[in-house]
Amino acid sequence: MTTIEPVPVVEQRRSGPSFADRLRGTLPKIVLAPSFAIILVFVYGFILWTVYLSFTRSRILPVYDLVGLDAYYRLWSQPNWYMAMKNLAIFGVLYIGLCIAIGLFIAILMDQRIRAEGVLRPIFLYPMALSFVVTGTAWKWFLNPGLGLEKTMHNLGWESFKFDWLVNTDMAIYTVVIAGVWQASGFVMAMFLAGLRGIDGEIIKAAQIDGAPTVSIYRRIIIPLLRPVFLSAFIVLAHMAIKSYDLVIALTGGGPGNATELPSTFMYSYTFTRSQMAVGSASAVMMLMGITAIIVPYLYSELREKHQ
Amino acid sequence: MSAAQETVSAGSANTARYVIYACLIILALLYLLPLYVMITTSLKSLDEIRAGDMLALPRDPSTAAWVKAWGEACIGVTCGGIKGYFWNSIRMVVPAVVISTLLGALNGYVLTKWRFPGHKLVFGMMLFACFIPFQAVLIPMARVLGTFGLANSTAGLVFVHVVYGLGFTTLFFRNYYEAFPDELVKAAMIDGAGFFRIFWRILLPSSGPIIVVTIIYQFTNIWNDFLFGVSFSSGEASPMTVALNNLVSSSTGVKEYNVDMAAAVFAALPTLFVYVVAGRYFVRGLMAGAVKG
Repeated sequence: MTTIEPVPVVEQRRSGPSFADRLRGTLPKIVLAPSFAIILVFVYGFILWTVYLSFTRSRILPVYDLVGLDAYYRLWSQPNWYMAMKNLAIFGVLYIGLCIAIGLFIAILMDQRIRAEGVLRPIFLYPMALSFVVTGTAWKWFLNPGLGLEKTMHNLGWESFKFDWLVNTDMAIYTVVIAGVWQASGFVMAMFLAGLRGIDGEIIKAAQIDGAPTVSIYRRIIIPLLRPVFLSAFIVLAHMAIKSYDLVIALTGGGPGNATELPSTFMYSYTFTRSQMAVGSASAVMMLMGITAIIVPYLYSELREKHQ
Repeated sequence: MSAAQETVSAGSANTARYVIYACLIILALLYLLPLYVMITTSLKSLDEIRAGDMLALPRDPSTAAWVKAWGEACIGVTCGGIKGYFWNSIRMVVPAVVISTLLGALNGYVLTKWRFPGHKLVFGMMLFACFIPFQAVLIPMARVLGTFGLANSTAGLVFVHVVYGLGFTTLFFRNYYEAFPDELVKAAMIDGAGFFRIFWRILLPSSGPIIVVTIIYQFTNIWNDFLFGVSFSSGEASPMTVALNNLVSSSTGVKEYNVDMAAAVFAALPTLFVYVVAGRYFVRGLMAGAVKG
């Protein structure tokens, strides 16, 4: 990529750069400066502030005397935090796995020269336009143990059908998975579909001429070629899983009990309702570390590749 | 290949196509089901909901629940429906989208056409800002908004959404302007055009698509936001998503599922409308946010 230096073209006869030229040189930086300053203060400054708070004894209000790792000890001795980590593991693995599996499956079906693609695509994708709160509200009703799916099945004649996951401590986290997958899998489908459309048709044609069956063309050639899409989908979904907050709040409110506690709900309740700001900050730092571990290597490789 | 074999393979190819179509149609119905249930429930009466079937069409469709959700339902201590919160969201979204898009366009312009040493680090830092868990800035932001008297105000939420939307808008415009030919900019410079003139006359007129993508992305994100809304506002200053959650999760009185669903439909309408009208751009925005480059 060539870079344009603001070279004073016309007025080179003068001895030094004029005020106008100098202004011209710094104007771009002046324009960018406010945005960058905002990011520096409100993102990086605030992160440091949160990290600092996590080393204090802050409860309902911030206090600024450092007490070392106290809040982290307390964080890691909370059964609630273990619940949150366990739930994040269950939710993260299933959410990412199912979204990728279902997304890829639908994308492959859609790639078979389907006639009604223009109708089907938006149907798989529209949940992504909804807010998590709407999704949570809709699924809360849909899975309502008394009046929702369970009753519908009873009406259909399946009297013994029981579906109480929403209020069942052991199963509630899976309702979050279901709603989450419903919302995001269409988006993953769109990513895979774009990837499939980008594959060179000649390679596939050559394999077909060699008599390879469709299934092994997909398994041996196409899916390996989609590796970058798998990576992107993983990154996006992993970061959405760690940040998931609204969906849980709207669907289960973190309950029953603490059955669907996630790090995000843990952070919020410890900071704003349980007056344990230091512990809340420590949990936020943990979340940030998790996301950083996923995002930074990815961004680094993306930015570097593009430069070469 | 013999004729008989060809017929067989054509037959099985046909069967395969039927299976593909059947799978796709079943999946599409499953994806539509929650929306269908949401809308039909909002059109039913409470008695019908309790007695009937979730999947059945309303026997006697009525918009009573919609009217109630919009203007009468009780949220917290007030009973004015969700209309006030709906307007809160509009008042929050419009300025936030306009400001963040404008700043993103200027940033993208500087970062591609007026590069300076360290431009990559600046961009990298802005990009990482897109992905941070907002929990890591929640407490300081609450303190700062409180100090400046912006807590629990629409202005405060606009500010927050501009700040944390900047990374994405900059990313969108940077990637778009990266592909814009430098020669045009150079030629304009030789003709004596200045920084803003080049932006206004050369870059902006051809930025239509990316402006639409950015506006839609920002609109959807900010409208759908819940975390900032619930953290920095309360009561009657809340945006739509927070009000919806308060309405649905309130445990006082009779649970009016039809009103809940009608409110959810209202909360979903603006973004669904945008999606239906400009779905292509919506998807492009999502992809640009996901797959850089």
